[in-house]
Amino acid sequence: MHQILAKQSLSPNVTRLDVHAQRIAEIRQAGQFVIVHLNENSERIPLTIADSNPATGTITLVIQAVGKSTNELVALNAGEFIRDVAGPLGHPTEMITSGHALCIGGGVGTAVAHPIAQGLNKVGVRVTSVIGGRSKEWVIFENELKRYGNVIVCTDDGSYGRKGFVTDAVKEILAKEKVDIVYAVGPVPMMRAVANLTRGLGVHTIVSLNPVMIDGTGMCGGCRVSVGNETKFACVDGPEFDGHTVNFDELQDRLSTYREFEQRSVACARGTCRMEMPTTTPA
Amino acid sequence: MPEQEAATRATNFLEVNLGLPERLALLEADRCLQCKDPRCMNGCPVGVNIPKFLDLLTAGKLAEAAQSLLCDNALPAVTGRVCPQETQCEAVCVRAAKGLPVGVGYLERYVADWAREHRDQLPQIKPQLTGKKVAIVGSGPAGLTAAGELAKLGHDVTIYEALHKPGGVLIYGIPEFRLPKKIVAQEVERLKEAGVKIECNVVVGRTYTIPELQAKFDAIFIANGAGLPVFMNVPGENLKGVYSANEYLTRINLMAAYDFPRSDTPVLNGQRVAVVGGGNVAMDAVRTAKRLGAKAAMIVYRRTHNELPARAEEVHHAEQEGVEFEFLTAPIEVIGNDKRWVTGMKCQKMKLGEPDSSGRRRPEVIPGSEFILDCDVVVVAIGTKANPLLTATCPDLKLNKWGNIVADENGATSIPGVFAGGDIVRGAATVILAMGDGKISAQSINAYLATSPKQASLVTAVKVS
Ligand SMILES: Cc1cc2nc3c(=O)[nH]c(=O)nc-3n(C[C@H](O)[C@H](O)[C@H](O)COP(=O)(O)OP(=O)(O)OC[C@H]3O[C@@H](n4cnc5c(N)ncnc54)[C@H](O)[C@@H]3O)c2cc1C
Ligand SMILES: Cc1cc2nc3c(=O)[nH]c(=O)nc-3n(C[C@H](O)[C@H](O)[C@H](O)COP(=O)(O)OP(=O)(O)OC[C@H]3O[C@@H](n4cnc5c(N)ncnc54)[C@H](O)[C@@H]3O)c2cc1C
Ligand code: SF4
Ligand code: SF4
Ligand code: FES
Repeated sequence: MHQILAKQSLSPNVTRLDVHAQRIAEIRQAGQFVIVHLNENSERIPLTIADSNPATGTITLVIQAVGKSTNELVALNAGEFIRDVAGPLGHPTEMITSGHALCIGGGVGTAVAHPIAQGLNKVGVRVTSVIGGRSKEWVIFENELKRYGNVIVCTDDGSYGRKGFVTDAVKEILAKEKVDIVYAVGPVPMMRAVANLTRGLGVHTIVSLNPVMIDGTGMCGGCRVSVGNETKFACVDGPEFDGHTVNFDELQDRLSTYREFEQRSVACARGTCRMEMPTTTPA
Repeated sequence: MPEQEAATRATNFLEVNLGLPERLALLEADRCLQCKDPRCMNGCPVGVNIPKFLDLLTAGKLAEAAQSLLCDNALPAVTGRVCPQETQCEAVCVRAAKGLPVGVGYLERYVADWAREHRDQLPQIKPQLTGKKVAIVGSGPAGLTAAGELAKLGHDVTIYEALHKPGGVLIYGIPEFRLPKKIVAQEVERLKEAGVKIECNVVVGRTYTIPELQAKFDAIFIANGAGLPVFMNVPGENLKGVYSANEYLTRINLMAAYDFPRSDTPVLNGQRVAVVGGGNVAMDAVRTAKRLGAKAAMIVYRRTHNELPARAEEVHHAEQEGVEFEFLTAPIEVIGNDKRWVTGMKCQKMKLGEPDSSGRRRPEVIPGSEFILDCDVVVVAIGTKANPLLTATCPDLKLNKWGNIVADENGATSIPGVFAGGDIVRGAATVILAMGDGKISAQSINAYLATSPKQASLVTAVKVS
């Protein structure tokens, strides 16, 4: 059992939980994640370790409430418990040791980009972070990222920072400055757009993939993604890959596999379920 | 063996075999001829003293029968249900030559189930504690057996398990209708009462490495199974609706997807489910699909009925439950619609040619025989390999060319004090072979601990209970 020691709302649908997990807090590295299993009947879901404090034995999870499992997690309060937390899983981020890195975070991906910026800063790499949100209230982790370098904020409606998508800001930076590596974490369309931008410029680009996972140990193959025409298991071979070789279309498509089930799951939890059980794969 | 009626059981997840009633069990046990040279024992990979426990059973001495059985086999309620008896103990029983062999498996199950319900009648032996610490990686049959043996010898045992529930394949792979999860849970409880500590959610290779465990423990037993799924490597395998058997069965068994939405994990419940393969795993997957409501649950296998590697009873049960078999058929592509959902599988017909090195007749393609098999879910059950997650973080551990850990007949690996057994050494094998490895390795570990250099410093830590 893992106690939640602190809870904070970061944006309308993003919540930060500091969870006790001593061993993981001590050894986790940038880019790694945990599998969280709230209680007996819950799903096992992967969440990136956004930060940790070995002294208090806590890891920071930053959770965007999108479906049943994430909504249940963000409904927990400090003092309550999560049944299982396994990790740290996945390969640590492939780091450069000198030069200039661009860390791009979209939505909750900003929190995922945080440990990467933190790690790069530690070894003396210059970090520029580009983060985005729909509007001001959706921007998260700006202050944390400022500790590691310059932060450029973009909002879709221009209510804060620059108006526009993160890709617009990224395009400008790449035109002006020498960038040695790009790390992009966020929704699939955003990672795909960044990879398309940097491909022509030959800037090495690392993306963090978010396929559906179960065990996180390489046992089920459910997290498989196509990278450079090879099948990789994101939980053990990733979750970070060379963005120029990832088949984003396939990833996006596979993420929709359980859409009908997810809707039903949420509706049933609210007691408003009118749907038939999805019986077969929709035509 | 009385069983649930096929039409009923094909719609539920309750155990198929109902267990022998006492009268039948005693009659069956009495069929044993008490051979002077019991061949059945040679057929059992762990040499269970079969005539002895059957003799005690016939005499009505159940507690003693159970004790004798448990002494040879730590998980008889499991093996009685899942051993391929027809190729092991029962195959060589002298009675088999003249008709039916003694039903050793059913009787083993009978005695084991009695023991589960009458634990108070079995003696509890409290061993003298040695203060020696042993770490076990993986809580499948190999790990559980080794833990039980080592605890009996007084060692301080901790099992590390990657998943949130102990049991390995017994929990996430073999379905409820064949091996009720309650039985595995009871066996785990029994170990805990004997002092074994089980830490779930620890992924060795990530949470701890083997060298880190070496620093904290006097010996290590690695039994992490062969859990990496093999795919067919054909086009279309990443379409929505294609599962590895591991994923399909894990969703349903470990995550209880059959109970969605009460349980949060979903599984696609296809109407036409094609399962590729012919082993126990394939039979479990296809019978599960049937129970989830598939109108057609099909086995696609490139050889014939005679070569099916699954237990005979599983094949028989599958047939009774209405599973369809596409023999001499090999998939070459998974076909999808414009939304990338599986709609079928392009297959080739095969014929059996000359025997290959394994002695089995090799399937050969019949040119021009391609056809499309309509299906909306494909489950790939063509095998598993060693998972490199743990071994990659322990470069000193010698592996063979398939990535399996190399261990000698005593379970010793290339690193002193590190032992290994079960599927990680053998490749995908059987429950009883994994248990046999667990037992032998426990004995080797015990011998190693008696001579290990750390002994002197630890003598002060010895507690006597
Ligand atoms: C390595 C990795 C790191 C991640 N880190 C974070 C993080 O730090 N913060 C965060 O908010 N989210 C993170 N995610 C995504 C998060 O796991 C999913 O949002 C979550 O599982 C959704 O569950 P749900 O029941 O709330 O939503 P659902 O309604 O079940 O699903 C919503 C969407 O989430 C995806 N999803 C569903 N189940 C899973 C699953 N078991 N594994 C992965 N994706 C799934 C699907 O695409 C689905 O369309 C990460 C995913 C991966 C693979
Ligand atoms: C669906 C299915 C049906 C089967 N049916 C039969 C049958 O009828 N009869 C029969 O005899 N055999 C059967 N088998 C084979 C049998 O189950 C296996 O041979 C046996 O379980 C192997 O035991 P094991 O202890 O070596 O490994 P496993 O049972 O695989 O257990 C390994 C355990 O280690 C854990 N683990 C893995 N990596 C790590 C890590 N890095 N750190 C910590 N823990 C880890 C795993 O989560 C797992 O719990 C079947 C197998 C399957 C998949
Ligand atoms: S353990 Fe398996 S092979 Fe041995 S006697 Fe029991 S059922 Fe037969
Ligand atoms: S071979 Fe058959 S008859 Fe003989 S002892 Fe074994 S079980 Fe009994
Ligand atoms: S989550 Fe199962 S193999 Fe990656």
